[in-house]
Amino acid sequence: MNTIIETKEVTIKFGGLVAVDSVNLVQKKGEVLSLIGPNGAGKTTLFNLLTGVYKCTSGNIFFDHNKITDLKAHERTRLGIARTFQNIRLIKSMTVLENVLVAHPDCQNESLLKSVLSPGKANKKRREVVDECMELLKIVGLEEMESEMATSLPYGKQRLLEIARGLATKPKLLLLDEPGAGMNNFEKEELTDVIHYITQEMKVTVLIIEHDMKFVMGISDRIIVLDHGQKIAEGTPAEIQTNPRVIEAYLGSGEFKDEEDK
Amino acid sequence: MNKVKDLLKTIKSIRFTKWQKMIFLIALIGLIVSAPYIITDNYILHIVILCSIYACLTLSLNMIIGWSGQFSLGHVCLYGMGAYITTLLMTQTGMNFFPATILSTAFTSGFAMLLCLPTLKLRGDYLAVITLGFGEVFRLFLTNSVSITRGPAGIPNIPDPVIFGYVISSKQAYFYFVALIVILFVVFMKRFNNSGFGMAMIVVNEDDIAATALGINVKKYKLLGFALGGGMAAFMGSFYAVYMGMISPTSFAYAESIKMVSMVVLGGIGSIPGSILGAVLLTALPEVLRAFSEYRMVIYGALMVVMMIFRPEGIWSRSSRMLNEYKIKAFENYKKK
Repeated sequence: MNTIIETKEVTIKFGGLVAVDSVNLVQKKGEVLSLIGPNGAGKTTLFNLLTGVYKCTSGNIFFDHNKITDLKAHERTRLGIARTFQNIRLIKSMTVLENVLVAHPDCQNESLLKSVLSPGKANKKRREVVDECMELLKIVGLEEMESEMATSLPYGKQRLLEIARGLATKPKLLLLDEPGAGMNNFEKEELTDVIHYITQEMKVTVLIIEHDMKFVMGISDRIIVLDHGQKIAEGTPAEIQTNPRVIEAYLGSGEFKDEEDK
Repeated sequence: MNKVKDLLKTIKSIRFTKWQKMIFLIALIGLIVSAPYIITDNYILHIVILCSIYACLTLSLNMIIGWSGQFSLGHVCLYGMGAYITTLLMTQTGMNFFPATILSTAFTSGFAMLLCLPTLKLRGDYLAVITLGFGEVFRLFLTNSVSITRGPAGIPNIPDPVIFGYVISSKQAYFYFVALIVILFVVFMKRFNNSGFGMAMIVVNEDDIAATALGINVKKYKLLGFALGGGMAAFMGSFYAVYMGMISPTSFAYAESIKMVSMVVLGGIGSIPGSILGAVLLTALPEVLRAFSEYRMVIYGALMVVMMIFRPEGIWSRSSRMLNEYKIKAFENYKKK
């Protein structure tokens, strides 16, 4: 009953290519679910379907038991689906704090008439918004860098900033597209702590795409494996590690390897 | 060049206290009030008024290009529409300037949204070509629908605006009027830029996929950007009509749009001081260069080329937005806690 997101036979075709092929996915509230699979397996495409960047050719998507298949991307964000991007999409001309501010619903909903005619009145609300956003920056450990330009941050920190920005939209479900890409081991540990904090303290459910197996196995409650757009396996990290189909499709050889070996 | 950049950076980083701002404001008001007495030459005053008109027009076009991120080459269509509707209302129905302007501004805003609707999916060059078409269609409409607009002959004898029984007719009165409009426009743009609405529009401008992921309705902001810019342009068109006392389709030709785009690009896309600087430079420069008669367009052109090579982002680029008051004011309070 307490599922947060569910897809039923979701399919998308680009011309003749079936990028995602009747995938069924169910995620419970509070569960950390990971999507893994070789390059081009359709993981990011599935994310784009969930967030509404693409419309599915057939199938349905349910969020919190409501059908969201026909909703536009920004409407889904308002319902509570936030995401980060594989290729970082921060706003280049804005500072770290401003990048989080613009994601805050109260900042976006500020009426133009009010802010033009009486900015003094709008300031009270603005202070609350800034306070909230600074809290989020604290969670990802960027509160000291609030006034730096977003793009001047190191790569790993930019990824954390994207997470903070996603959280600012007040999501129930946060989709992380390769959050650990380009991070060193130390930064990955930081990231693990952040994700634990998000799921346990903030009660936001997290769905992750990740290539680093050590990271995935450590953090996930359950894993779904995609290959050529199809779901080939589903289970706990221990089950996935021993699943012969996964080993064949994803890892190639007979034994489990680290990311460096790929 | 680096020295200039450093200088600009220091200028931008200066924050004034309340008192300094007050003194600056009083000095500015003093300057505006005394300007018509200092500038006794009517020709120079005319140039100053033209500069102000173009400054506002550039701000309105910058709203469309710099903030909502839609490269429009047909701004003259919205500007001319404002001018013609106000003029027709004033000459045909005998309406006063202010209600006529409000009506034409509102109508043009709506029309701008309609223009924007089919072009929402177009970007860059395609949008530029389409908007260029809008401008031309509008000019041809003005020239050919003689029964409404009197065609190429234009509409003469546009009455002066009356405010509380006082008729604005002298150059001096028009100067004060336009100075007030410029101040209103700048305050509006500044507050808009510092608002959550303005910030969301910058996100839409930079990256529309990221914008939707943040819950921002891209369509809404693009439409509203066009509507706001169109409304502001229509307002200035109305002012232009009553100031000149006569309008004709030649005032709203394609070259006008290009001139406004050059002002935006030269001054700085998405920058308020840049818009004013660009407008003043490109309006005053041809007049100053009049002494060189036939060489002036060459000098003017060469200057544009040099600018594009050394400062392609414009004289006063957007980075000044780092001083966003939404953030600063709220953040100062955060630090106090």
